[in-house]
Amino acid sequence: MQKSLVSQLITVIVVLVLPGFIIYQTFKQASKQLNPHEVSIKLKEEHVSSTDHSLFPILQEKFERPQDLTAACLSCHTERDKEVMATAHWTWLREVVRPNGEKMMVGKKNIPNNFCTGATGNNGSCMRCHIGYGWADETFDFNEPTNIDCIVCHDRTNSYVKRKGGAGMPSTVANATPDAPVPNYNYIAQNVGLPSRHNCGPCHFEGGGGNNVKHGDLEMALLNTTRKVDVHMAVDGKNMVCIDCHTTERHNIMGRQYSVSADNTNRIHCEQCHTATPHGDMILDNHYRKVACQTCHIPIYAKVNPTKLYWDWSEAGRRDENGDFITEYDTYGKYNYLSIKGRFVWDKDVIPEYHWFNGTASHFLYGDTITEIPVQMNRLYGEATCPDSKIWPVKVHRGKQPFDSEYRTIIAMKLAGEEVGEGAFWLDLDWERSIELGMDYNNLPYSGNWEFVRTEVYWPINHQVSPKEHVLNCVDCHTRNEKGRLASLNGFYMPGRDYSKTADFAGFSFILLTLLGVLTHIALRIYWSRTSD
Amino acid sequence: MKQNILYSKFERFWHWTQMALVVLLLITGFEIHGNIRVFGFEQSVRLHNSAAWFFIGLTALTIFWMLTVGHWRNYTPTRKNFREQIRYYTYGIFRKEPPPHSDKSFENKFNPLQRIVYLALIIVAFPAQIITGLLYMYFRYPGNPVDSDALRIIAITHTVLAFLLVAFLIMHLYMTTTGKKATSHIKEMITGVGDHELPETGKTT
Repeated sequence: MQKSLVSQLITVIVVLVLPGFIIYQTFKQASKQLNPHEVSIKLKEEHVSSTDHSLFPILQEKFERPQDLTAACLSCHTERDKEVMATAHWTWLREVVRPNGEKMMVGKKNIPNNFCTGATGNNGSCMRCHIGYGWADETFDFNEPTNIDCIVCHDRTNSYVKRKGGAGMPSTVANATPDAPVPNYNYIAQNVGLPSRHNCGPCHFEGGGGNNVKHGDLEMALLNTTRKVDVHMAVDGKNMVCIDCHTTERHNIMGRQYSVSADNTNRIHCEQCHTATPHGDMILDNHYRKVACQTCHIPIYAKVNPTKLYWDWSEAGRRDENGDFITEYDTYGKYNYLSIKGRFVWDKDVIPEYHWFNGTASHFLYGDTITEIPVQMNRLYGEATCPDSKIWPVKVHRGKQPFDSEYRTIIAMKLAGEEVGEGAFWLDLDWERSIELGMDYNNLPYSGNWEFVRTEVYWPINHQVSPKEHVLNCVDCHTRNEKGRLASLNGFYMPGRDYSKTADFAGFSFILLTLLGVLTHIALRIYWSRTSD
Repeated sequence: MKQNILYSKFERFWHWTQMALVVLLLITGFEIHGNIRVFGFEQSVRLHNSAAWFFIGLTALTIFWMLTVGHWRNYTPTRKNFREQIRYYTYGIFRKEPPPHSDKSFENKFNPLQRIVYLALIIVAFPAQIITGLLYMYFRYPGNPVDSDALRIIAITHTVLAFLLVAFLIMHLYMTTTGKKATSHIKEMITGVGDHELPETGKTT
């Protein structure tokens, strides 16, 4: 009796307790996670200037022209002009190797886009965001140090404004407006410091002629934002400024935007602060190999204000019955039709598109022959099998814009101008003349025949990182659902999304046949047991 | 008369732990594969990986045990009673004929069909699952190894074997009902004691 009790106890232990313990351990191990990596960073806002600029006599003199202020800056900060003039902020060009092997200077200066089609020729408007004074036309002297606008980046009073249409010049007494008063150069110069988000913002937030038009993830809301919008810049969070990540050495600012950049150099990587294994979890950390941090951590962009997703020039040029320009608005209150620009689609809380990207890109330039439609205004390189490629969230801006239908080249337009009747499209709405003038200004061959063509440009998303409770879940990608984030990204096998239809069919068929076999066997056993009794 | 011990304590522990792990691996595996929803994808992945390690550990322990105890001899294929066993399952069982391998003992506990099927599990299916599983864990990204389609092949092999394991499980479960009573075999596997007693003389072959 006692022996039987012992053996029963042993049985319970070996068939129930021990297996149960192993399964318990399995669940316990599965839920084990280490603490995520924590970053400690010294913020640039904590920087204490080594000098008090208000005490310098030279900055107390009266400055007639902004160039005179630059000369004053350079009288102490010698050689900085050479640093600045070597950057793309000054040249709007970088040397790149084109897909055909040709070495060439390429940049914002000569890249056509599918927003306002291109900067050069519209200098008054576009070159307002050049860090120089007065790049109004090709006579601008890129070798003149006093043409550098120091204070557009170093003004800490938030009072400095470049004049609209002024090609980078601030207002003078003659042309000042309430929006752009004459700068108080002494006040500004005596308070200079490291760039704040108010310095970078106006150009990098409002590119394309309005807030958040271009990037989608960079906009005025970041001046004063919350963790939900951007964990880094949130005033209720780390309160970081642009240059905390975009670190700068000798005026060379780290960072790349592939709408104008091509090379995998000078980039900022999340792991510079966060390491390549930040999650405290092997499975998540392993994703780093093939998935950009941004893909999961920026699930949506344009979180506060809408961004432009589509720009159709082909509808531009209409006037109302009185001959006046037309403006129409969408449900966001954003203009979705302008006579001078055409039809737009805006959207906010946008889900990015996803592409393989290895950090290199090429650009469609003026003079390049159109071989595919939509025209790829830039091309992000990368594919699943490429070791350096990662899946990246991308804003794709689609457009419809004029092209030379005989030469099959993209067209540069003359948009901005001073006076009505000079051929600038934004004043005259005259397609033929603005195209002729734009092509002529850029020294491009033009057949005289033009039509509209669909175009696409790809902007990788980097900003507006969400707090961890809002990042993507596994099943946002690992799903058979055709609405899965990576449903259309091919060339690799992804668990949860991919499977072999043949193998699954064969597998389920085999299981079904096994079940049928078992059922038949049971039926026969029952049948025979009855007949034989 | 003495008790006919068929399964040692270790074997019973091994069997039921293995069963629990295999069932957990199948459930989580088919959730990852996209067929069912039980724990949620993320938890399934974690459980699958965790269970895989315990399964590997258990398998290693069992192989060690088998080699040390010499128990592997139970799994060597034999022709003896092979045809008779097939005939029994396809005919004799319906006619209430006695099973050909009715004298099972600790040293010879499996019929020839069990031997071949279990051997296939041990030397083909489990190692293949473990190897493809480890490859899945550590070489899951394209470009590593060089062949970009490597994961596709690994994953599909892993899945096909999982289907076969499900089929085995169904068969195996059904076969437990073919003892003297429908529950006899399961009872044996729990208590370790065979449902027939051995004559005092002991061994049979």
